[in-house]
Amino acid sequence: MAKEIYSRYPMVKYLRKEALPTALCPGCGGGTVLNAFANAVDQLRIDPKDLVVVSGIGCSAWIASPYFLADTLHTTHGRAIAFATGVKVGLPDKKVVVISGDGDLASIGGNHLIHAARRNIDITVILVNNMIYGMTGGQVAPTTPFGAKTTTTPYRNIEHPLQISETVAAAGASYVARWTTAHVYQLIESIKKALQVKGFSLVEVVSQCPVQFGRRNRMKEPAEMLRWFLKNSVPISKAKKMSPEELEDKFVIGEFVNRERPEFVSELNKLIDEVQEHFGLKGEDDGV
Amino acid sequence: MIIRGDEPEQIRLIKKLYKPGNYFMQGNEAVAYGAIFAGCRFYAGYPITPSSEIAETMARELPKLGGYYLQMEDEIGSIAAMVGASWTGLKVMTATAGPGFSLMQENLGYAVMTETPLVLVDVQRSGPSTGQATKGAQGDFFQARWGTHGDHPIIALSPTSGQDAFWEIIRAFNIAERLRTPVVMLFDGVLAHTRELVKIPDVEEVEITYRKLPQNEEEARLPFGDPHGDGVPPMPLFGHGYFTHVTGSTHKENGLRDVYTPEVHDRLVRRLHRKIEQNRHVYEKYEEYFTDDAEILVVSWGVTARPALGAVLKAREEGIKAGLFVPKTVHPFPGERMRALGKKVRAVLVPEMNLGQMILEVQRYVNDDVLLKGVNKIGGVPLTVNEILREIRGVA
Ligand SMILES: Cc1ncc(C[n+]2csc(CCOP(=O)(O)OP(=O)(O)O)c2C)c(N)n1
Ligand code: SF4
Repeated sequence: MAKEIYSRYPMVKYLRKEALPTALCPGCGGGTVLNAFANAVDQLRIDPKDLVVVSGIGCSAWIASPYFLADTLHTTHGRAIAFATGVKVGLPDKKVVVISGDGDLASIGGNHLIHAARRNIDITVILVNNMIYGMTGGQVAPTTPFGAKTTTTPYRNIEHPLQISETVAAAGASYVARWTTAHVYQLIESIKKALQVKGFSLVEVVSQCPVQFGRRNRMKEPAEMLRWFLKNSVPISKAKKMSPEELEDKFVIGEFVNRERPEFVSELNKLIDEVQEHFGLKGEDDGV
Repeated sequence: MIIRGDEPEQIRLIKKLYKPGNYFMQGNEAVAYGAIFAGCRFYAGYPITPSSEIAETMARELPKLGGYYLQMEDEIGSIAAMVGASWTGLKVMTATAGPGFSLMQENLGYAVMTETPLVLVDVQRSGPSTGQATKGAQGDFFQARWGTHGDHPIIALSPTSGQDAFWEIIRAFNIAERLRTPVVMLFDGVLAHTRELVKIPDVEEVEITYRKLPQNEEEARLPFGDPHGDGVPPMPLFGHGYFTHVTGSTHKENGLRDVYTPEVHDRLVRRLHRKIEQNRHVYEKYEEYFTDDAEILVVSWGVTARPALGAVLKAREEGIKAGLFVPKTVHPFPGERMRALGKKVRAVLVPEMNLGQMILEVQRYVNDDVLLKGVNKIGGVPLTVNEILREIRGVA
């Protein structure tokens, strides 16, 4: 039965079949993200041989590694972007993509995230924000909504969630967009843009974890979570006219920035050229 | 597939930039130049005393050779970037000191588990914690061995001078490449900042090793197999269409995660150990002075091996039959040779700039009837010839 589904699914050619079925729970938003990413790659006609996908640790980290059929690097918790930085410097002509969770990339990995944005290194980050630590059993995350219940905030969360897209945009990224798993087509378009931008790009996907988040917050069914996303999403243009209080439990969606800035790896290679030129190290063998 | 740094163009550049001859330089500079001769073309690090001159030299020299210097946001990111770069076929290095070495431990374990060649220089300084940040020490002997978690093998070298460091860092790269594993170099703040004579050779006199690459599709599909029986799998580099999956989790020969089958974990971790154990000839190295007829054996490493040699020479002048054993690869410890030497002597002295670390390794290999004594000094000032000589006289 499972085999038939895989053979009918047109994106299956991008998946590592020996790793299927995925370990994600039924109804997890991770499946939507994998699907959106595969569709973006397909629509752009990117050869998976030109892709290196890096992830950290968490449910969302598994979306692409091992399931996506490319060179995949499954790293330590929080460090995916730093590993990807080394990959991109070594392979400047490849598309280097990081797919991982909000806990992974924005909590333990928050420092790497803002510095990669500052450096503006040409990496695409797809950050799956399920507002919870799914893999470790539903503990509070830096993205958990104020007042939400988790296994480590059994009474209610008294911390305010980190606005990841705003932070990364302020840090200097070339492209930042946020969508939810209820906005699949917009999500695919943004992933496509992010993959084509030369510079650091972030696509934040607000995603459902019915098992660890929804269950404890009166949304047992995946569809209930999707309805919650739709009801509370505010386009960025509208959000600009709203007060912080009004925005407290809303999901601001859309493109945050899309701009050109000097990119790190090309600047690095330009510098190398200049230095070699300056010291007369380029060109013909001068018989030394 | 290429391992960058070995093209004829590189030989030409090195010849043009670094004329063979005698130079007066810091130990840290000798490490950097050695790394460049070894083919290192990627350095990612975070500044920390007393290692920073290695970063500074690499930042200045690497661009001349088309290599990359990255100053990362911290040490965790530095070693992470190195692992990423190594999988693209670059020879990679970082340098750090105590607190930075602590931060690197998690991904050092990752490099062991994923069999990623890299070279990590720990310029030891006085601890614990930020301790005496600018002073040398030899307190990281066991941090190198046991700093990361789990059952893992590690190789660590320790040079005794700037000149020695130049050649030992080349050896570190050669071992890392040959055995597809991280190699630690335990340097120290004293040698790092001592200026002394370093002879730079002709680049063509330097023997360089490169990692084994897959010979065919089948080998490329098993990035963690053992097709040649030496425990070292060929490394399918990223970007060549092999669709390699690399994970720090327990994985099968094809790279896919399997954390549920006890045999898979057992097979992988035992092979990682066997790889290091069965290739002792690749990395085992020690020096001996007057050990043939020695009755008192001094065993010392790194910076302390130098006053130790001075003390042994003076003791010999006084007619005391003293000898010196210097492990150059300190992990895995040259235990067999240590055991053989321990059988012939009455007393073993172990001078080190700590409160007794390598002595615990030595102890494993000497019998109870041998007098074993540490000669220990902390505070950031190296042991002197006379301090060690006094101890030799004391047991003579
Ligand atoms: C250094 C370290 N600390 C903690 C963990 C345990 N851990 C594994 S996954 C995870 C959280 C993952 O959360 P997120 O990135 O949001 O992913 P999700 O599972 O929710 O998709 C944690 C804390 C770890 N593996 N390594
Ligand atoms: S625990 Fe949550 S995030 Fe993890 S797979 Fe299940 S639904 Fe998805």
